[in-house]
Formats: sequence, C-alpha cells, structure tokens
Amino acid sequence: MGDLTGPNSGIVIPPKNGAKLVFDEYNKTNPSVKIELVEYDSQGDGSKAVGLAQQAIKNDKVAAMIGPAFSGESAQVGPVLEEAQLPSITASATNTKLAQNGWKYWHRILPNDSVQGPGIADFIAGAAASKNAFVIDDKSDYGKPLADAVKGQLETKGVKVTTDSLDPQESDFSSVVNKVAATKPDSIFFGGYYAAAGNLLKQLRDKGVKDAKFFSADGSLDKGLIDGAGAPNAEGALVGCPCYIATADVTDEKVKKFADAYKAAYSADPAIYAAEGYDAATVLVEAVKAGNTTPEKINEFIKTVDLAGVSKQVKFGANGEVEAKDIYMYQVKNGAITLLGKASEAKLG
Amino acid sequence: MFSDFINQFWPASIDGLAFGSIYALIALGYTMVYGVLRLINFAHSEVFMIGTFGAMFVPFTLGIDSTLTGIALVGVILAMIVAGMLASAGTAIALEQVAYKPLRKRGASRLAALISAIGASIFLQELFALVVIPGVFDRPERGRIQMGLPRLMERSELFSIAGHPVRVDQVVVIIAAIGMMIALDALVNRTKIGRGIRATAQNPEAATLMGVDINNIVRMTFLIGGAMAGVAGALYLISYENTNYYIGFLFGIKAFTAAVLGGIGNLRGALVGGIVLGLVENYGAILVGSDWKHVISFTILILVLMFRPTGILGESLQQARA
Amino acid sequence: MNKKTSSAGFRHQLGHFGDVVHDRWLRAPGWQRWIVYLLLIVFALLLPSESIGSFMSPDTDWATILFFPIGTYVVLAIGLNVVVGQAGLLDLGFVAFYAVGGYAMALLGTKMGWDFWVILVVGIGICALSGITLGAPTLRLRGDYLAIVTLGFGEIIRITARNTDSIGGPTGISGIPHPPNLSDDFELFGVKIFKYGVLDPRPYYYLLVALAVIVIILVKRWEKSRVGRAWAAIREDEDAAEVMGVPTFRFKMLAFAIGASIGGAMGVLWAAKSVSLNPNDFQFLLSATILAAVVMGGSGNLPGVMLGAFVVAWLPERFRELKDYRMLIFGAVLVALMIFRPEGLLPSRQRKAEFKEGSGGMGTLGAEVPGPESHGEEVASR
Repeated sequence: MGDLTGPNSGIVIPPKNGAKLVFDEYNKTNPSVKIELVEYDSQGDGSKAVGLAQQAIKNDKVAAMIGPAFSGESAQVGPVLEEAQLPSITASATNTKLAQNGWKYWHRILPNDSVQGPGIADFIAGAAASKNAFVIDDKSDYGKPLADAVKGQLETKGVKVTTDSLDPQESDFSSVVNKVAATKPDSIFFGGYYAAAGNLLKQLRDKGVKDAKFFSADGSLDKGLIDGAGAPNAEGALVGCPCYIATADVTDEKVKKFADAYKAAYSADPAIYAAEGYDAATVLVEAVKAGNTTPEKINEFIKTVDLAGVSKQVKFGANGEVEAKDIYMYQVKNGAITLLGKASEAKLG
Repeated sequence: MFSDFINQFWPASIDGLAFGSIYALIALGYTMVYGVLRLINFAHSEVFMIGTFGAMFVPFTLGIDSTLTGIALVGVILAMIVAGMLASAGTAIALEQVAYKPLRKRGASRLAALISAIGASIFLQELFALVVIPGVFDRPERGRIQMGLPRLMERSELFSIAGHPVRVDQVVVIIAAIGMMIALDALVNRTKIGRGIRATAQNPEAATLMGVDINNIVRMTFLIGGAMAGVAGALYLISYENTNYYIGFLFGIKAFTAAVLGGIGNLRGALVGGIVLGLVENYGAILVGSDWKHVISFTILILVLMFRPTGILGESLQQARA
Repeated sequence: MNKKTSSAGFRHQLGHFGDVVHDRWLRAPGWQRWIVYLLLIVFALLLPSESIGSFMSPDTDWATILFFPIGTYVVLAIGLNVVVGQAGLLDLGFVAFYAVGGYAMALLGTKMGWDFWVILVVGIGICALSGITLGAPTLRLRGDYLAIVTLGFGEIIRITARNTDSIGGPTGISGIPHPPNLSDDFELFGVKIFKYGVLDPRPYYYLLVALAVIVIILVKRWEKSRVGRAWAAIREDEDAAEVMGVPTFRFKMLAFAIGASIGGAMGVLWAAKSVSLNPNDFQFLLSATILAAVVMGGSGNLPGVMLGAFVVAWLPERFRELKDYRMLIFGAVLVALMIFRPEGLLPSRQRKAEFKEGSGGMGTLGAEVPGPESHGEEVASR
C-alpha cells in the first residue's frame, strides 16, 4: 500500500517491485499455498488509505500487509490494522513516533529517523569534520523531524547550525540559497526527497556555494538527485540511508543476485527501499513456508523471525522496530551513487 | 535578522526580479482573458506547464547533452522559445474551443466555466503524466518524476552588483521578459487586433455592432496569452532546467495572485504585480524564513486589496490604456 | 443558436419530467412529504450494507468511503452551497474551515482532553468566528477578488499549520480521541451504532447522517426565511439589494459564518474518526473538488448539490480498477458535464429559468457571480 500514482511515487514503486519479485519467485515454485499480491493505491492520503485498509481486511481478507509507505498515512491506518490484528511491515515510513503507539501488529524493517538523523550528524561532525553546518528541511512529515534530529545532534557536537526550510512544490529555492551563501557553511544537510534535493543542490552550486559538502538522507537516495542537480554539481554529494542498496560495486553474493533479478524484471537498477520491500516480502514468504497462513500466526512468526536479508539482518524488537541500526553513507562519484560504508566507520576519500 | 536583510538584499532582488518576470508573463494570460471574458482561466497554469515541455522538446529531439556557445546557443534558445510559444498557444486555443466556447454559446454561468477549467486542468496534467511524458519524451514509468534539461549554457558571471554576481541566464530571462512585454504593449495599442481586443473588453455588444468579430478576438486573446505563457515556460526551463507535470499549479496560483495584485484586466498591472510579488516573496523569506513565502504573498495580496480593492494599478484594459 | 439537436430535445424532456415531479412535490400535503423524508432517512441508514457495497465500490470498503469521502463531501458541499449557491460568493478556500474544525478537535481533544460533544460545539463556534474574521476585511471585495483572497486564506491556514511546530508542524497530530461511546451494546441492524471504535466505520457514518439531517433542516429553514431571500437578492444583484435596503454586508457575513460552521462541524467529526491528521489533508484540491460538486450538482439546489458531491466523491472510488486513468477521465467528465449541462445535474427552477432567459452575454459569461463592477462597464454590457 502506498502512493503509487502521485508525485512521490518514485519512493513507493521500488519497494513494491522488490516485494513483487519475491512473491513471483515464490509462486513459480508451485507451492501448496500461493501468495497473491494485492496493490492498494492510497495516493499517500491517509483518509483514503483507511478505506483501502478496511477493504483489505474485510473483503479481500489479506493475511499481511507491506506498507503503508508514508509516515502520515501509517499514523491513520495503524490503529485500524491493530484492531483488525493484521500484521504489517513498512519498508519506508521512518517517523519515530509510529513505534511509540504500542501497536503489536506493526513492524518496520528499517531504522527510524531518530536513528538515521544522529547517525548522519555524527558523520558530518566526525568524518567530514564540519564546524559550521546549514540544515534545510522540506516541511514534510518526513523531512522536518529528520532535519530536527540532525540539527539536535550537531549542536551537541558543538557544530554551529543555521536552518531554513523550503517548499518542495516550488522549483525556485533562491531565498534559501541566498541565505546559505550569506552564512558560508562548510556543510549543508537537506532533509527531504530527491527531486527537491537535486534542484537545491544545483541552485546552490550555481550561486557559488561550491565548497560546502552537501548531505542528505534516504529520501534523496535516488538517481533523480543526480539527474536534477546535473552530474558535475552532484559530484561528491553524500547521502546517508538506513538502507543498503545494491550499487554497481557491491560484491556481496546475495545482494548481487537480488540486483540482477530486479534488473531483469524491471530493466532498472534497484532503487530506494527496493531491498527493504524485498526483505519484507521475504519475511512473509518464510512465514507462509513455515505453514502460517492466518494473520495471527504470521504475526507470531514475524515476532520471532531472524534471517539474513538483502538489506540487513532482519529481526524485530518488541516495539516492531528492526534491531539492526546501521546507517550507510553513499557518495556520488563519477555521476553514480556508490557505497562508502557504514556511517560510523566510513572515511571521506 | 535585519543584518541578514542587508546582506542578502541584492541577491534577493536579482532573483526576485528574474522570477517575478516569469510570474508577470504568465499573469498576462490571466489578465487578458479576464479583461475580455471576465473569466478566470484556471487552466492557464497547464498552458504554462505545456510550454515548458514544448521548449524541452527542442533539446530533446536534437539530443543535446553538452553546453553550447555562440550561434548554436542563440539558435537553440530561440527555437525553444518558439516551440514553447507554439505549444502553449495551441493549448490555449484548444482549451478555448473545447472547454469555454460551448459554454459561452450556452450562456453558462462563469462558475460553470470555472469548473470546466478545473476539469480541463486535471485532464491536461494527467494527460502529460500518463501519455505525453512517457510517450513523447521516452520515459516509460517515469511520467510523474521530474524531468531535467541538460545544461545549455555556461552560467558565467556577467557583472556584479555590490559584490553579488549576476549570471547570464538571469539577464536573459529579465531581458526576454521585458522584450515580450514591450512587444505585447505595442500589439494591443497599435494594431487592429489590439483595438478589437480593447473594444471587446470595454463593451462586447458595441464592439459587435462596430463589426468586430468577437469569436475571432477571443481566440486571439487566448492565443496571445498562451504564447506569453509559452515564453515564460521556455525561460523558466532555461534557467531552472527542470519541469514536471504538476509544475503549473503553483505558478498558476502565484501568477493569478500577481495579476490581481497589479489589477486584473490590466496588462501593465500584470507586469507590476509579477515583479512586486517576486521581490516581496524573496525579501519576506529573508525576514521570516522561506517556508512562509506563500503566506507572505497572500498576506500582501489581502492587504493591498483592502486598501486598493482593484489592485495596484486598477483593473480593466482600457482604463490604463494598455 | 437554439438548434434543437436530439440531445437537446432529450434534455428538454428530461427537464419536463423533472418539472412534473417538482410540481407534484410542491402540491403534496405535508404528511406525504414526511413519508418521503422518513424513507430517505431509512435509505441512508441502510446504505452501508455489504450487498450495496459490493456493487458500489468493489475495490475499497464501502462503509468507510461512505463516511469519507462521500459523506464528508456531501456535508461540505451543503456548507459551501450556502456561500456559493445561495449568497453567490465565490469561495475557493472552503477547506480552511474544514481544517480549522479538524484542528480544533485534534488540539482540544489531545491537549485539553475535552469530550467530542463539547468540542463539536466549541469547534463550530471557532469556525463561525474564523469565517467572520476572514469575511470582515474581504467581503467588501466582489466576485473574483473574493475568489483569490479566499484561495489565499485557505493556503495561509494550511501553511501556518505546517510551519507551527507547537501544533505538530508537518507531522500533524495523532492520537485524537474518538467520541465517547453512548452505549456499548445497543444494536441496530446488527451494528453497535453508538460504540465509536476504530474498526467499524458505520457508527461514524450514522453520526454523519445525523449531522447532515440537522444541517439540511437548518439550511432549508434559512433558505425559506428572510435571510434566504436576502441572499438571493445579493446573488442576483448586489447593488439593487443594497438600494432596496438589504444590509448586504451583514448578510454576506452571515452566509460566510454559516458555511464555515458547517465545514467546521464536518472537520470535527472527521478528525474524531481518523485518529490523526496532518496539514496535507487540507489541500487546495479539496476546495476545488467541493466547489466542482456544488456547481456540477446544481448550485443553489440542495438535492442537486448533494448529488454532485456524491458523484464527485464516489466515481473515483468506484472506478479504482482504472488506476491512473481515473483522474484523467474525471477531468474530462467535468468538462463534458459543464458543456452539456452547465446549469448542473439538478438545477433549481429559478436557475433554470435564468438560463432560458439567456443572460449569458459575451462579456459576462452569465451573471451568476457578480463581477467587479467598480467602473460600471459590466452593467452597461448587460
């Protein structure tokens, strides 16, 4: 479930594709219990998502759900799924508050914003040795909390922080850019999605803000960042993500297999959250293979699952959060996103 | 805060001026149609959107992927502007024929025309997201994702004001916009068509009696307004190098605000309104933060209308003789 | 211009049939009308049944969409109809009042721990007040100026909510309390209609029906009273109304306040069901959609407006299998409807008469919403 047709569909379609891959593979093996993937397009609208969730529960009788994709709709759908005792695994909603509702049937297969933000901030203050940072958010329910988390952590590290916000629907960010230019920071963090990130980065470089390192987070981890900014401008930009995407230089056997399969199926490289969607679906397939077909049993299985996924070791805590809390840093090199390593260990070349 | 304002005053002014002139060009379309038909052409935002894609088509078909110089650069830019104008003007006329003319013939209310415009706007957006962008621009599955334009010209500094650089592309935008305004002013004031437009705006029945072909005049109005939005689309694309299927929405609302701010129905008002809006937005953003930009522009609009209920220059094509 | 094509002839007949029904209705004695009213209410109560739902919305839960979007749109459209259809004020920012109501519920419910019923009353008051606050400086403006100012107001409300961290900022507010249960085990048709839980949307739907019935009764009373006649006068010709001694400004304010209250009440109810809200729930597109519903249904005519809201809300849900293409088709349908039935699906009689008269001069495109007449040229062109 998620926004399959709206402007932000670029973040929802890859995990859906990833999940579909798993189910297709599984169904090809002709198991006794087939899994059907039903898609629900909520357009990111919480109110619509509630209706679709009801439909999923009452009429389609689904056994488990992957999604909802965004934090906003998750907040509205969560209580419904909880009361219906339908297990869900979201592969992209990273708002911290979601885990604090005490939902028993809700799971998240990636670390939340309050893990990601400080992880990236540590990298900015540590490996990048920034003294004067400029933090920008896009005023979305994703970007704002993330940027706040980054800002808070940077300040505890003694980094001077200036902030501003932009509206991602706009395309002219000159007022933000002017502010950045006047502040002369040595690093810039943007909490928001890739489309705005690309435009922002380009306008910054055009305005002569050339030396400051540009940081962003999972929402910007997409080729769209490079397309939007133009390859020369994007060069060297750093993106943190609690996800592990299969970049071209990855050697891990399992990840490579996933990347090849994804490429074969969709003639595109696995994009953001594709691996998470894949893992979430793998968990469900494993559950079914173990003979669990009712929502209740699947939920029990999810609680105890511990398997090596493509993105990480998948094991959920009592509050539904995945236990692996690694943040990975990526950098744009020669017009492509490449993996630097875990944020806690990576060095800037 | 105040020192920020002094520090960022010049760059904000330059950006505001460049952006404001794009607003102004779009606002012209709103204002002309309003002047003649007393109709808010809500689908004008999509006319602009299609203009950006029309302009995009030129470098796309030519397969340009590196920066150009000299004659080639000028040629491509001119071609983009013309393509943008053609695409937008065509859209505007089609819009008039399909979504407005039948309603006028019926004597429908202006509310009905407004809803028809909103419907046409949704239709055009979705048409581009689903059919045109994936098809014509060869981006299957990526119709809703922003499309970038490769860099056409080196963005060198042309001169500087108080130590703040002014780039070539900004100068191109401002000069082209002002050039179009002057041309339009001359068209409306000095040609026969212009006289017809002014006459129709003043009193359609009397104009008909005087032998003005109203339908033709309405068509011309949409054509000219559309062409201006096309120029705006091309200029926008050249300086911001990206576009998407829903880009028109925000520009539409802002340009309409600009038109009302300057005095709707008044061509010079559109120019004044656009530039005032561009500047005020940028100045305000320095003072209270960029996330309040829209609030600033709407607040200014409400304030101006409270004291000057018909906008800065007052309404109506004929009154300001423009 | 008045060529009778076959479609026009058909329309004429259809209109004639409508007239017959309408006349019959006007002549019907009171008790007959009451039976029809009661039947309609019973129909509304039976509506969420699964057997209807499987046809009406095969791809999503029928009872849920009956509450939102269908029911919500219907009530909002009734509210907007007071402003646009009756008083003739073009409001493009109606969503603002819905948002104020929603936020009132969310804030008072989570921070002050108030009861839903108390908030409903307070929320309506707040919205009426915000309607007056917006109206006071802007209602002296006419027609299209008012349109852009209300549009701006809607955006100001949304952006302010988004930018103010103390009311949740972009994340919005979650954990909004449900209405307290009136009775835990009272059942009607097998539904515990007074138990406001999470899973079953039907109790909320019944609450909405109750709200709608009350609103309809009130609006109808107003329409038939001096207030309604004053609104009609303002809508038709504001200057003439003023000259005849109608305090136009005060009545315009009243229309705004009433419309705002209805929007606000719906906002409170919606928030009480949806547990969480954020500023993105209150986009401009919603204002435009509700306005489309009002005009498409037949601006000024209550049954028409409700039909319009139903169609606008229901069609995109019904045709979910068309996926992406349903918005494309929706846009085209709006244009087509306005071309073939500019007066709306079920126009009021008065409005239909105006159309026949052909008030659609070139310059005015009809005169439904009074244009800015500060220079008097529009009057001359009529």
